[in-house]
Amino acid sequence: MNVTVRKFDAVIVGAGGAGLRAAIQLSEAGLKTAVLTKVFPTRSHTVAAQGGVAASLGNSEEDHWHWHMYDTVKGSDWLGDQDAIEFMCRKANECVIELEHYGMPFDRLDNGRIYQRPFGGHMSNFGEKPVRRSCAAADRTGHAMLHAMYQRNVKANTQFFVEWMALDLIRDAEGEVLGVTAMEMETGEIYAFHAKATIFATGGSGRIYYSSTNAFINTGDGVGMAARAGSPLEDMEFWQFHPTGVAGAGVLITEGVRGEGGILRNSQGERFMERYAPNAKDLASRDVVSRAMVTEINEGRGCGPNKDYVLLDITHLPPETIMKRLPGIHEIAVQFAGVDALKEPIPVVPTCHYQMGGIPTNYHGQVVVPGKRTQNEIVPGFYAAGECACASVHGANRLGTNSLLDLLVFGKSAGETAVEELKKTPKAHKELPADAFERTLERLNRLETQKGGANVHETRLAMQRTMQKHAGVFRFNDLLKEGVQKILDVQKDVQQTEIKDKSKVFNTARLEALELDNLIEVAVATMVSAEARKESRGAHVRDDAPDTPERPNGRDDANWLKHTLWYKENNRLEYKSVTLRPLTVETIALKKRAY
Amino acid sequence: MDEQRRVRTERLRWHSRRALLENDLVLQRFWQKQTEALDDATAGMLERLLEMEDHDLWELLSGRQDAGDPALQSMVALLRQPAG
Ligand SMILES: Cc1cc2nc3c(=O)[nH]c(=O)nc-3n(C[C@H](O)[C@H](O)[C@H](O)COP(=O)(O)OP(=O)(O)OC[C@H]3O[C@@H](n4cnc5c(N)ncnc54)[C@H](O)[C@@H]3O)c2cc1C
Repeated sequence: MNVTVRKFDAVIVGAGGAGLRAAIQLSEAGLKTAVLTKVFPTRSHTVAAQGGVAASLGNSEEDHWHWHMYDTVKGSDWLGDQDAIEFMCRKANECVIELEHYGMPFDRLDNGRIYQRPFGGHMSNFGEKPVRRSCAAADRTGHAMLHAMYQRNVKANTQFFVEWMALDLIRDAEGEVLGVTAMEMETGEIYAFHAKATIFATGGSGRIYYSSTNAFINTGDGVGMAARAGSPLEDMEFWQFHPTGVAGAGVLITEGVRGEGGILRNSQGERFMERYAPNAKDLASRDVVSRAMVTEINEGRGCGPNKDYVLLDITHLPPETIMKRLPGIHEIAVQFAGVDALKEPIPVVPTCHYQMGGIPTNYHGQVVVPGKRTQNEIVPGFYAAGECACASVHGANRLGTNSLLDLLVFGKSAGETAVEELKKTPKAHKELPADAFERTLERLNRLETQKGGANVHETRLAMQRTMQKHAGVFRFNDLLKEGVQKILDVQKDVQQTEIKDKSKVFNTARLEALELDNLIEVAVATMVSAEARKESRGAHVRDDAPDTPERPNGRDDANWLKHTLWYKENNRLEYKSVTLRPLTVETIALKKRAY
Repeated sequence: MDEQRRVRTERLRWHSRRALLENDLVLQRFWQKQTEALDDATAGMLERLLEMEDHDLWELLSGRQDAGDPALQSMVALLRQPAG
């Protein structure tokens, strides 16, 4: 197979929020920049974000980046790196105002300033009382953000390669990253993008779970490519779940439904939340509700033929309330659960929503790995930002609206650092190694010639069901142990997937097989990392790590206040310490995480 | 001709990868029922829908808004048909 080589100063994989933000930095510095994307930039998943982006602008009431920092550290259950968190919270205002200058139509106050909404977990004065910190553009924040940044990139002459799928990272013997291989979907031809800086901004990998709020595009390609090229993955056991996704579909049903009086029921029709949270009941926090739902299902009180979901009941609410206060819920229930929510309850399950872990980076957006001298040595030429990266600002649990902020701050930071590096050491492109395309060509050739192999759709489903059952929102030692074996079995099938259609142009079957190669890396990393972490922290909640005075919420700081690093080779695990020292302020000291 | 039609269909299949899960799911249901290459009229209608922004597309697919054009609306109705 022929591989055509194209040279750029920088190649960015991904045109969601993180990729577009990084690209602005590079193109405006006059560097020749290519952005590869599987779909048109404004079809990236960032479009789905509605809640807003956090910044302590203090437009409606007093706010401070230090308070935002406190909330983020606490949200992360102290697993977030406090240097990166300080960096992000301090940069928030600048990044949001920049976006405003790019033409982002934020909602405004009468005085013309950006309007800010309250959001769960945003507090003033170090956790004292709620504060308005989220900046939004109606209910299309992510969408408006992508449009503004895409236009800015067009002006800056960023070269977009739309409907191109990056396949593998190119690394030489010294470990330096020199670009990526990619497939042009229109022709099926293979290219190499030879670059001095390579930035991954490929988004999340939520499709490893059976029930996921993520669109189909979120297949963890960047994370998979990094793992295949020998990079470790950080904190992959941490996934945020949303309690109410429509069973079987994943579409998110907002918290507002329970706010308006929606009730969760088990197969006996019982309002089970009364037993788990006598005061807050159905309005208890996300993790409490999710755990109660899973306990009901595990104890045999789930509904449906497989007893694998519970019901969200709004039939007692007046139809006018539903139609007026909860617009869209009726349509979602009809389309995806096949029920008329005015008359029947909606089947729901805790659903995977956000990936906290990813490719390890520092707060400059540079990919880092443990080396001989330090635990964070820079991989030359390699950067990552957005949901595929782990800076780590979200630690064990993400604070709402911090991911749009993450992609602005670290997208910019990765771009800025790459510009500086390229200026510091102006040089020609380093030569590509002789085996630069080998991994890609082997994968493609294997897929082309596979006989009697596994079906892609069925194998993906087996992976998703395994993840859902064995590494879901509430985790059990025996299930995790079994899960490791099961996911390794699924991995064997992934290594021998077979496609019938061998055509070249827009061959979705081939693309999906290639995506599955990435998903499985994420799934294995998640299962192995989760099995090993013998405590509860943030979104990783184990049934055998109970809440005691020494171990608040099951969190075991003496043994587990550390980041997981998973390596593909032999599924090896290493750990590295959490950076507890911020840049300029004092450490936010460990405390029980309670709201 | 057949090849042209096949390629047009395959391109639309990929363009059905959307930014919103809601749209992905509705379009997936359509493709699962669709084993042959699309005829030109259907392909043309689908192209028009898939060029839309995802939030606007969901307004149509969820039935909250009408496409305003009877031909396009009939394509929307086809997509909205439940599985089975
Ligand atoms: C329903 C929902 C609501 C949310 N609401 C909020 C919110 O209100 N506030 C908030 O802060 N966060 C929210 N989030 C989270 C947030 O939207 C995401 O974390 C964020 O948008 C991810 O952005 P990104 O730039 O990292 O990736 P994405 O926007 O997912 O972009 C990834 C890009 O990579 C490209 N790509 C991937 N693989 C390849 C490949 N192999 N080759 C070429 N290109 C590739 C894709 O084409 C795409 O352009 C929400 C998430 C969901 C699911």
